[in-house]
Amino acid sequence: METLTKLIEFSSEISILEISYLLASILFILGLKKLSHPATARSGNLWAAAGMGAAILFTILFHKKDGAPISNVIYIVIALAIGSFIGWYSSKKVKMTAMPQMVSIFNGMGGACAALISLMEFPKMQNMMASEGVAHMLGGEGIAILLGLMIGGVSFAGSMIAFGKLDGRIGDFKHPVLRIINLTFLVGLFVALALILFMKPVEGNNLPIYLFALAALIYGVTFVMPIGGADMPVVISLLNSFTGVAAAMGGFLYGNQAMLTGGILVGSSGTILTILMCKAMNRSLLNVIIGAFGVAGAAGTEDGDKTVKEISLSDAAVLLSYSQKIFIVPGYGLAVAQAQHLCHELDNLLASKGVEVKYAIHPVAGRMPGHMNVLLAEADVPYEKLVEMEDANNEMSNTDVVIVIGANDVVNPAAEDDPSSPIYGMPIIKALDAKNVIVMKRSMAAGYAAIPNNLFYHQKNRMLFGDAKATLQKLVAEIKSL
Amino acid sequence: MDEVLKFFLEYKDMIFIIVLSVFLGIEVISHVPAVLHTPLMSGSNAIHGVVIIGAIIVMGHAESTLSLILGFIAVILGTLNVVGGFVVTDRMLEMFKKKKK
Repeated sequence: METLTKLIEFSSEISILEISYLLASILFILGLKKLSHPATARSGNLWAAAGMGAAILFTILFHKKDGAPISNVIYIVIALAIGSFIGWYSSKKVKMTAMPQMVSIFNGMGGACAALISLMEFPKMQNMMASEGVAHMLGGEGIAILLGLMIGGVSFAGSMIAFGKLDGRIGDFKHPVLRIINLTFLVGLFVALALILFMKPVEGNNLPIYLFALAALIYGVTFVMPIGGADMPVVISLLNSFTGVAAAMGGFLYGNQAMLTGGILVGSSGTILTILMCKAMNRSLLNVIIGAFGVAGAAGTEDGDKTVKEISLSDAAVLLSYSQKIFIVPGYGLAVAQAQHLCHELDNLLASKGVEVKYAIHPVAGRMPGHMNVLLAEADVPYEKLVEMEDANNEMSNTDVVIVIGANDVVNPAAEDDPSSPIYGMPIIKALDAKNVIVMKRSMAAGYAAIPNNLFYHQKNRMLFGDAKATLQKLVAEIKSL
Repeated sequence: MDEVLKFFLEYKDMIFIIVLSVFLGIEVISHVPAVLHTPLMSGSNAIHGVVIIGAIIVMGHAESTLSLILGFIAVILGTLNVVGGFVVTDRMLEMFKKKKK
């Protein structure tokens, strides 16, 4: 039996390989560290990439298995070239608003890669064990292979569904039965994993592992299916850490330190990042996964006797032009309408009239935490104009107008004053502390959480209905003509 | 119980790496500002593309045409993860830099 503890006879090539893995691990760690500070983030990304490049190159050059070097080098290089080209091309082409989808796809590819590795290694292991006449397949190798397959498969299928949802190709499918199915599936997967491990290895008996892979894929689909589209960022972050763990399983299998450290680092930091994201929404991870949010929110009904006030474009133009200080609260609607450039045009125009314009950024605005910052950065909005929620709230009381563009739940006062509301306790941007509020919205429809928003009915607020992009365009024209 | 202890002893180096890496991963990103959540997720997404090394190993020691083909696919998928991940992250961060001037 091939175990990982077998003695490796000294070879300088192996030493160089191991040193390159150590180097790669150090670069991954430093890269992640640098990625968490704005000033060093970009170089951090390059450092990690350099570590990856070194690990790949030295693996091809110096990796040995039972003394045999890597063969099929030409095919490997071709595959690397194809993957590099597609990866490079698609990530250069993708629009900034579609970034979350892209990350989701790439994550899925990594998961699929991990699952494929397991799918190829299992038959090899089984055949070898069968020829040795071992009674069962329980052991580090078997566990690593099956976990890698399961987690990788779930991550792949889940990422594809998350991609579909973010791209608007797949709708939400909520049904209480799905929860039971999911739980059964999850338990079933672990039971199946144990059963396969205790199976007597028989040469060529690969059906169980294929069924297991299929079950993992199905679970990936049913796991993400009931989770609302607005929660996809959290799901992607979670699946990202899954893929990390799947990669680490590969590292365990091959006794490969670079894979092990890289995978586990992503697994643990990804989990923390997921929890940070949930915290920003004041929800627990379990709550996101089970999807209690949408169900509870649907129960809240709206009294029909409240009225909203509308504001005309010209009134809005005048109000904005003669204000001293304005906060723009951008939300998902702005991203969908791709109106960030127009938004910046509006803010430039107002600034030229002596109005102080800033952006109040809720931590979970947009499709991913920090996504709004990326989108506004793309539209050349200066860094200093982006104000984080807490600082923005402190400045609200001396703000003349708050313009809410395509945001809803992040400005819903129910989070502060209605303990029965499902979002009660979530930190919000306190738009009502300002003197006036203008909400730009397509219709009176509730946000993702399906929670009525009393801000819309407040006397300080006036609505400007229409598509964010079209409305902003008209508003800019109106202000210019003043 | 003996089995568990044996397992630990057999894989103790790797178990050490795993445990320390878990803490390191938590420590390294615990003070990240919300602005960088997306790039960080994208960057770490690229790092788990390290799974490509496994794909190269499988393909490099493939014994049948089938495993060569599957390995070929796995290497392509892994490369997509690595290259796409790093390039997308770089594009995001490029914008942060531009606006600082």
